[in-house]
Amino acid sequence: MGEFLQTLFVGLRLGSVYALIALGYTMVYGIVRLINFAHGDFIMVGGYTLIFTVPLMTAAGMPAWLAVVIAIAVCALVGVLVELIAYRPVRRKGTNMTALITAVAMSLFLENLAQAIPAIGPNPIIAGQFFASGGFRVAGVTLDYITTYTIVVSAVVMLLLYVFTQKTKMGRAMRCVSEDKSAAILMGISVNKTVLSTFAIGSGLSAIAALMYVAQYPKVYTTMGSLLGLKAFVAAVAGGIGIVPGAMLGGVVIGLVESFTTSYINSSLTDTFVFLILIIVLLIKPAGILGKNVGEKV
Amino acid sequence: MLKIDDLHVSYGAVRAIKGISLEVNDGELVSLIGANGAGKTTTLHTISGLVPAQSGSIILDGKDLRKTAPERIIELGLAHVPEGRHVFARMTVEENLLMGAYIVRDKARVRRQLEMVYGHFPRLAERTRQLAGTLSGGEQQMLAMGRALMTAPRMLLLDEPSMGLSPLLVKEIFSMIKGLHADGITILLVEQNAKMALAISDRAYVLETGRISMSGSAQDLLHDDKVRRAYLGA
Repeated sequence: MGEFLQTLFVGLRLGSVYALIALGYTMVYGIVRLINFAHGDFIMVGGYTLIFTVPLMTAAGMPAWLAVVIAIAVCALVGVLVELIAYRPVRRKGTNMTALITAVAMSLFLENLAQAIPAIGPNPIIAGQFFASGGFRVAGVTLDYITTYTIVVSAVVMLLLYVFTQKTKMGRAMRCVSEDKSAAILMGISVNKTVLSTFAIGSGLSAIAALMYVAQYPKVYTTMGSLLGLKAFVAAVAGGIGIVPGAMLGGVVIGLVESFTTSYINSSLTDTFVFLILIIVLLIKPAGILGKNVGEKV
Repeated sequence: MLKIDDLHVSYGAVRAIKGISLEVNDGELVSLIGANGAGKTTTLHTISGLVPAQSGSIILDGKDLRKTAPERIIELGLAHVPEGRHVFARMTVEENLLMGAYIVRDKARVRRQLEMVYGHFPRLAERTRQLAGTLSGGEQQMLAMGRALMTAPRMLLLDEPSMGLSPLLVKEIFSMIKGLHADGITILLVEQNAKMALAISDRAYVLETGRISMSGSAQDLLHDDKVRRAYLGA
């Protein structure tokens, strides 16, 4: 029972991080039909921003985790710049395929650019502690603070995001652009501005994911976003790409699969099972768990 | 109010509009009739900026629409009800209407417009929380028209409002268009149902493969032999 609960909490912690990242993929896909392969690397950008700003925070007598505010701003800015410099011009001139290749290129570019920065370099940097260590005991198991914070913060962020997309004017504009661009224009919605806000929010979320991930696994390196991003992408697709609640659900499912495989089957098989689950989901529901196979209405 | 002069539009190598000129005066209901592929929808899309023009001018109350960002055209009092309704299927009826008032900042005004639209279309008032994608074709058309009315526009572009509707609903939609016209809204109507369009219009233009082949008062065109043979099935 103790092991089961522990595994469950670890799964939820991993899943929360995947969900936060998957949201970035899914929001951008929903609005411009682009798989932003550079999104995983935004976690790396967030990770390094934390490495460099946490000491400033502690020196100023503030809690280390508050550096995430700066990381959110930096990630949002990088996301917006990537869209402005790379994706928007390519989208205007090229096809979906050229945009996709550009996304792969941006991913490699960010990773190599990071390595070229002297303060970063090719070797991993170990992050300091973001949260107090320890935890509290629940139902016979020790629930550490990082796990608790990760689950709670992700849940709150996702709830806020949901309210934002449902209730605010900008959130509604995003849903309109994602559903029907020309109708959105006829309503007076600026597609370009809406796309930029989507990139900013999606990338900002990856900074929160970076905080939670690095708090648990304090090694920051230039390619740290590759596998993490890939798995979050799997989560987004499994949940139904383009659908916000789908990314949340997909993230949690992937997290749980990973932690239960590690505990009960074999830790070296976790990634195999993650992709196996993706294949099974797509065989049963090609549009993802929450996806609907909607025929185009004319 | 709206004046189009020598407009040319191409999709790649295909020339869709080959120099059309037309005018819609204040308070008029003008229809644009013609066969499938004549360029009716393209004309409306070009007015709204959804499709760029190659040359020519589109002037709305002295403002050149070709130099206006597409999303700002609605601020000039021109609303467009697109062909195939294009309601936001995954949003509720009320959310769709609120999107229609996206550019309106004054919340009290949005409430008033909402009441007005529900007054015009009581069937929408019964379905405020229903997802637009689950509405019938006729209800979706009403929703698309109601959404366009949310900014209290001075001019409406209506693209094939009767498409795919039962004869009874077509009649209902046309009487609503007549009502909007009577309220003083200027309307440019694109219709394949030429007979009904001409019956409620002041004037009309006949579009043939990207060119205007005839124009005149709707009554004259309704009784013109050529128009009757080509478009009215008589």
